[in-house]
Amino acid sequence: MQKVNRLKPFFENIAFEREDNHMIVNFGPQHPSAHGQLRLILELDGEKVSKATPDIGYLHRGMEKMAENMIYNEFLPTTDRMDYIAATANNYGFALSVEKLIGLEVPRRAKVIRMMLLELNRISSHLFWLATHALDVGAMTIFLYTFREREYTLDLIEDYCGARLTHSSVRIGGVPLDLPKGWIDGLNKFINHLPLDIADYEGLLDQNRIWKMRLEDVGIVTPEQAQSWGCSGPMLRGSGIAWDIRKEEPYELYDEVEFDVPVSTTCDSYGRYKLHMEEMRQSVRILKQLIPMYEETSPEIMAHAPQYISAPKEQIMTQNYSLMQHFVLVTQGMRPPVGEVYVATESPKGELGFYINSQGDPYPYRLKLRAPSFFHTALLQEILVGEYLADVVAIIGNANIVFGEIDR
Amino acid sequence: MMRSYSDKHNVQKKSYYNDRYFVAPQIPKEAVESDDVFANDLSVLKTKFEIQEAYIQKGQLVVYIDPKDNVSVLQTLRDELSYNFLSEHSAIDWLAKSGEFEIFYQMLSTSKRKRMRVKCFIKEKEVLKSVIGVYKSADWAEREMYDMFGVIISGHPYMKRILMPDDWYDHPLRKTYPLQGDEVAQWYEIDKIFGKEYRDIIGPEERDSARVDVNDTYRFAHLNHEVPFGAEPSQEKTVTDYQEEGGVFIVKKLKKEDAITLKERY
Repeated sequence: MQKVNRLKPFFENIAFEREDNHMIVNFGPQHPSAHGQLRLILELDGEKVSKATPDIGYLHRGMEKMAENMIYNEFLPTTDRMDYIAATANNYGFALSVEKLIGLEVPRRAKVIRMMLLELNRISSHLFWLATHALDVGAMTIFLYTFREREYTLDLIEDYCGARLTHSSVRIGGVPLDLPKGWIDGLNKFINHLPLDIADYEGLLDQNRIWKMRLEDVGIVTPEQAQSWGCSGPMLRGSGIAWDIRKEEPYELYDEVEFDVPVSTTCDSYGRYKLHMEEMRQSVRILKQLIPMYEETSPEIMAHAPQYISAPKEQIMTQNYSLMQHFVLVTQGMRPPVGEVYVATESPKGELGFYINSQGDPYPYRLKLRAPSFFHTALLQEILVGEYLADVVAIIGNANIVFGEIDR
Repeated sequence: MMRSYSDKHNVQKKSYYNDRYFVAPQIPKEAVESDDVFANDLSVLKTKFEIQEAYIQKGQLVVYIDPKDNVSVLQTLRDELSYNFLSEHSAIDWLAKSGEFEIFYQMLSTSKRKRMRVKCFIKEKEVLKSVIGVYKSADWAEREMYDMFGVIISGHPYMKRILMPDDWYDHPLRKTYPLQGDEVAQWYEIDKIFGKEYRDIIGPEERDSARVDVNDTYRFAHLNHEVPFGAEPSQEKTVTDYQEEGGVFIVKKLKKEDAITLKERY
């Protein structure tokens, strides 16, 4: 470290070397544009980044370790804290992987409700992404607009499950509640209005000179890079590879609804921005198809599997055997078969995977969370090189990283 | 009195009651021949490498290989069998059972729409070759695996802990590591910030996240009984209304009786 004196004051974030144009800047972990707790050690040559070293772990809570010490149902609320922008996507990913493990089929109404929540989460996450990304780049107006619409999605989710951010709105084997009265009307109002709002955002940003200058040809991810670094979601589709798990390996009822997978071939940040906008439109399209599907379903919302899933409340309160089952499942937990699964779902950020190794105990022997942002952050060390310092913030914002799921 | 027995090799939580007649069912393993694509993949792999075991479980091919072949197997999978993604890569701790780590590489082929898992066993101190030359996504995955399990990787350009601090003792995802952290973890911050001699003065780290100490005014505020930072707690009621004389430019005082509740937002 440099010697501090009056002629050479100590700046904790910057290390100078007089001899050449070389400088090391410590970006974060408390930087407002670091989207959480990202620390980047940037070596600068003039204003250009010559080496970037992302440093993570400031939000590490040991979720995989916690999972090994919790029964399966107990761990579900913990997954809320991974990608806290779209908590249902995590709940769902975990619930689906446990259902795959025990071989459970979920009732159709639960599937529809889950899809509704997932798509609302996707919209909410993309709105949040646009808001913070635009704010980083300097467009403040858009932040207020998108947060207004995001609040509507959160209101809908809150009406359903009672929580704005940590939803826990999915259970292993189904969903806890049916949709409340009037919820569909609220959803209808929202999805009828959202396309107009998206058009507003695009009106503000699409041809905006500053927005285009900051985003076009910035943060290029080539298809080869995207594959090698394990990118997924919009980061992958932004590089021209049409891979959406909802489409390619459909889960729930995604094979019954019509939607397109938008792809951008420009490989830059602007293309990914257009992609996010289009994905929101597709989510609206899916939600519109789900409403009539919901009305056709029968009212069961939890799977019937007494070995793994508690019976409905009224049955527990009236049937002795159901009460006993429930007691065992709550105090000891379910015991899935011996084996392992890896289940990937398309979360708003990309491929969210849960690898579960079960040894027939109520606690998973090993649970690995595959978080999309983890791999996107690793990619930063390659794509930041050669970019200007000012663009670093734009690229981080565009990569849509959330530290809850990177550090886990 | 005898101390009750506890398994030092696995300190993770265990079920307090086990039915002695309960035998957990197995997830069925299907033969690889049942899927044409996987059968072809396996035959290509078998011509080059020694395959210890192979089966299909839950629609995904699982292949056990020799850990020495890991780089070349992944190279073959990428170049010849078009598995273009390494989605995930980590380890499972079997040290208590056989002194081994089980390493898995979770692969994805977007053109074939197939997922497969390459697995191998290595001994605790055995060195595993890095596959970063084949898939860059292994970069952080391997660092995390080293950090969490202490699996030694050779050929990685920047092998360093990733989630835990660099000077952390032990590897947290091992089964021998307790959930609450070990003795070293308990004193980590005190030792580092103040020095070992302050252990007695400050005391061990509070690990109960739900603990509330009403007398601790450094860390807790008692609503409606606020006192300055660090002062003695008091039972006197404090007024929290905005109360500047004459008001402030632009700032309006909120009158609670004038507030309205919206029936509907949209």
